[in-house]
This record gives sequence, C-alpha cells and structure tokens, in this order.
Amino acid sequence: MSVHSKLEKFEDNWRTSMGGWSLEGKVVLRGNDVFKELNNSSWMEYLLFASTGKKSPQIARLMEGMWVICTSFPDPRIWNNRVSALAGTARSTGALAAAASVAVTEATIYGLKPIKGATDFLYRADKRLAEGEDLEQIVRAELKQYRSVYGYGRPLVTADERVEPMMNFARSIGCGEGKYIKLAFAVAEYLAASRFKYQINIAAVCAGLLADEELSPMDFYHMATLAFTAGAMPCFIDASNQQEGCFFPLRTARLNYTGGEAVKHWRV
Amino acid sequence: MSNNQTEQITTEIWRETPESDNPFAAASCFCGGYDVYGDLLKNASYIDYLYLLFKQQQPTPEQSALLEGLAVALANPGPRDHSVRAAMSAGVGGSTHASALIAALSVGAGNLGGSREVVHTMEYWQQCGTSLEAWQQLIKEPPQLGREDVWLPMEHAPGFDPNGVSCPTPVKQTLAHLIDVGKGSHLQWLNDNRTALEEFAGCPLAFSGVAAAALQDLEFLPEQAEMLFLLLRLPGAAVHSLEQERLGWRKYPFFANGFKLNP
Repeated sequence: MSVHSKLEKFEDNWRTSMGGWSLEGKVVLRGNDVFKELNNSSWMEYLLFASTGKKSPQIARLMEGMWVICTSFPDPRIWNNRVSALAGTARSTGALAAAASVAVTEATIYGLKPIKGATDFLYRADKRLAEGEDLEQIVRAELKQYRSVYGYGRPLVTADERVEPMMNFARSIGCGEGKYIKLAFAVAEYLAASRFKYQINIAAVCAGLLADEELSPMDFYHMATLAFTAGAMPCFIDASNQQEGCFFPLRTARLNYTGGEAVKHWRV
Repeated sequence: MSNNQTEQITTEIWRETPESDNPFAAASCFCGGYDVYGDLLKNASYIDYLYLLFKQQQPTPEQSALLEGLAVALANPGPRDHSVRAAMSAGVGGSTHASALIAALSVGAGNLGGSREVVHTMEYWQQCGTSLEAWQQLIKEPPQLGREDVWLPMEHAPGFDPNGVSCPTPVKQTLAHLIDVGKGSHLQWLNDNRTALEEFAGCPLAFSGVAAAALQDLEFLPEQAEMLFLLLRLPGAAVHSLEQERLGWRKYPFFANGFKLNP
C-alpha cells in the first residue's frame, strides 16, 4: 500500500520570508538586512517591525510610552510580578522568573486578554456603528453576551490612574485624536452614565490609541507580550536580595480549609 | 477585601495543622480528608493520589486502572513530538532544566496535539455526548470564537490528527487497553464509532481524542483535563531533554540545509 503523508513535502524544507541567519554571517528580517538597514533602529522599532512589519518611529515611541506608563509597575503584589518575587525568594533564576511572569500575564482580569480583547471590541464596535447601530445597542449587546466589555472596569479599584498620564504622553507626541480613541472614551461615557458604572481602564485607552495607528488586535497582542517584564524583574531582584523565603510567608493558620472536617482512612 | 482581617487562602483540598514549635511548618497535612504523610504515603499509589488531588475522593479500581493506563500512554510522546522537541531544544543549548519543562508545557499546550485540543474535545463530548449525528454536525460546523481570545481558532476537528493518514497502532492499542481496564462508556462509544468519526473529521483519531474520552469517563472537567494532560506528558520531555543535553548540540538536528529564505 502506497500512502503518503501530508508532511513529506515539509521534511527538511522550511520556507519563509520572515528572516533568518546564514552561515556566511548575514541576518535578514522581513527582507531587510539587519546589519545594514535596521542597525540604527531602537529596540522598540525593531520589535515593532519584527512583530508587525511596520516601520514607524512614531508607533514605537507610543508603544514605549505605554510600556513605561501602563505595564510595568514594580509592585510584587500584582499577580504576574508576584511570580517573579516568589522566584526570587525561592532562589530561582531571573530568566525563569521572567518566563513565568510573561506567561502569567496572559490573564483575563488584566494583561494580554483585555489588551487584545479591547482592541477587538473597538474594531467591532466601529464596524457596527458604520452599519447604523448606536453605541448603546452595541455596548448592551456586548454586556449581554459576555457580561463584560474588555477595557472597562478594573479589579481592586474603579478608576485607572494610568489613563491621564498615558493620554498626556500620547498627545505630546501627536497622538490621541483619532476615531478609535474617541470611541473608547465615548463607550466610557455611556458606561459611566449607565447602571453598570464601569470606568475606562488602560487597556481600552491603549487599544484606541493603537487602533488609530492601524494595529490589529494580533499586532497589539504580539507587541505587548513582553511589555510587563520591566515590572517583574525588579520584583525578582528585590526578593533575591532579601532573606531567602521571607516574601510574604504564610503560617498554616492562613489556610482557610472549607472541605469536610472528618478524617478519612484510605481503603487498601 | 478588609485591611483589618488577616487574609487567607481558601481551599477545600488541603488542611494543615502546625508544628508546636513553628506555626510556619505543617505537622500534618490532609488532602480531601486523608492524612497525606500518616496514611497516603504508606497506602496510596501515586496515580490514586493524583486522582484524589483532582477529585477529593478515592478512585474505584476501574478509575484507578484507567488513569494509570492513560498516564503510561501519555508519559512519553517520544522525541519527535513538538513538546518533547521543545524540551530537547532547551537541553542541547545547556538551558536550565526548568526551562526544558516550561518549553514542553508551552508547546504542549496548543491546539495541535496539545492540552488545548483536549479541552476542545471535552467540550465536544459535553455538547454531543454519544450522538453520532451531533458529532457529525459539530465537526461540520465547529463553534466559532465569539470574542478575541489569546488562543487561535482550531484548524481541525479536535481529537483527530489533521496530518495523519490512518489511526496509528499505539492510539488503537491505548484505546483498546483503556476500554479493557476502565470499562468506560465514552471510550467504548469512541471505539465503536471511530471510523465514522474519522470520516466526518477527514483524518484519523489522535492521542488527544483518546485522552479526552478517558477523562470524560473519569468525569474530569475540561480545565482539569487540560492540566492533567500537561502533567502526564512531562516525564518524556524531561528525560529526552537530559539525554540531548548530555549528547550536545552537534548530535542534534539543526536543519542546516532545510531552511530556505525566500528572496
């Protein structure tokens, strides 16, 4: 019986236009010679080009501002940072701490899911507005279907202190007046006046600013993946430099056991 | 959240009592009501303890045998598997051993042969049960992602191998063994309807499909199944990574001639 796998033609055959390194010492990214054409890029410009194919010092600068203002609070209580602090107190390594914190940042109540989700919501809302629906209808439908709107509401506190400094920074470099950021605030205005009382959080602000720069939800997601490391690393370093095991130790009484009290015996 | 009240971790899985001289050390630990170091350590097998951790109850002999069989079947996907290759890539470069397992988890979490595929397959089970018509319909018209998620949409029917030709012998052997020891109705139904399902899917049953059926028989939730599938596949990643670390990068494929950069 002669049957051929779909995989045969890919054996030792990976074709790509993304880039690579040659044994002769040439490095190419998206058709650009890294040593000759990209060597003066800032790291953020390089990351933007690598992730999205866009060459834009303006977007890179906007993104860099977001990373500084919005994503890297060095507070070890925040859950992704806490992982790095725990790695430090348990005397693990910095790279393992960062890897874990990055992975944990793909969260639902903060981090990457709201970032991607808020961008997606603004694009969908804009499309439906263009089709004739009104904003109230769109937001209500979103709440009805998903019980939340990515980019609005926040755990622990209601207001988001990052919104104003981020908008100030965006305006300082000539951003912040596009239709998507206006839409983001229009949704916030509707929600504030409604019974839901959700306030805009930074995910919607960043999503609006970047949608105005024509970044897709996936573009923003790929770019934001590493954005939180500058908050995690100091938490790791701090815990590494303090007494081992002393980061918020828990005594046994800190376990609130809610299971049955009866002691059972294993049937052998 | 009150500032005046001591914050606690709420758990129905684990209870501890303190040592008399140290409130930060446990003198006894109870899992699902069982004394872990006074009872389970002597009397429970590892697999039974694993079941207890997830379900907070002792498994029946059939459940125990089913989980044991699944654990053996999944323990080493082999060095050609994506997740194991990820771990070996850590090994050959001399990376930390933890990074090898992180690599295996990250790669083995996906929609193709990974734990996310098991989740999707469990969802199919929940939606279709043992109705062949329902499976046919769902495979034909799979659920769409409603809102942007970090996961990519499935590109094939979950539980089946889009790159397969016919159902591989180890998959069939595992399915037969798990039916034999576990007496599970979902596994039996999967076996009885395998060829029809494969026709709907356009490709053969995969390990992820067998694992999902087994975990459905064990009444695991999709998210529990996802975690367990990740855990059970780590031993192979660990040993292959260690082996390649010892052998070094020179003996490991670099695909020097296989990489073609388009002009």
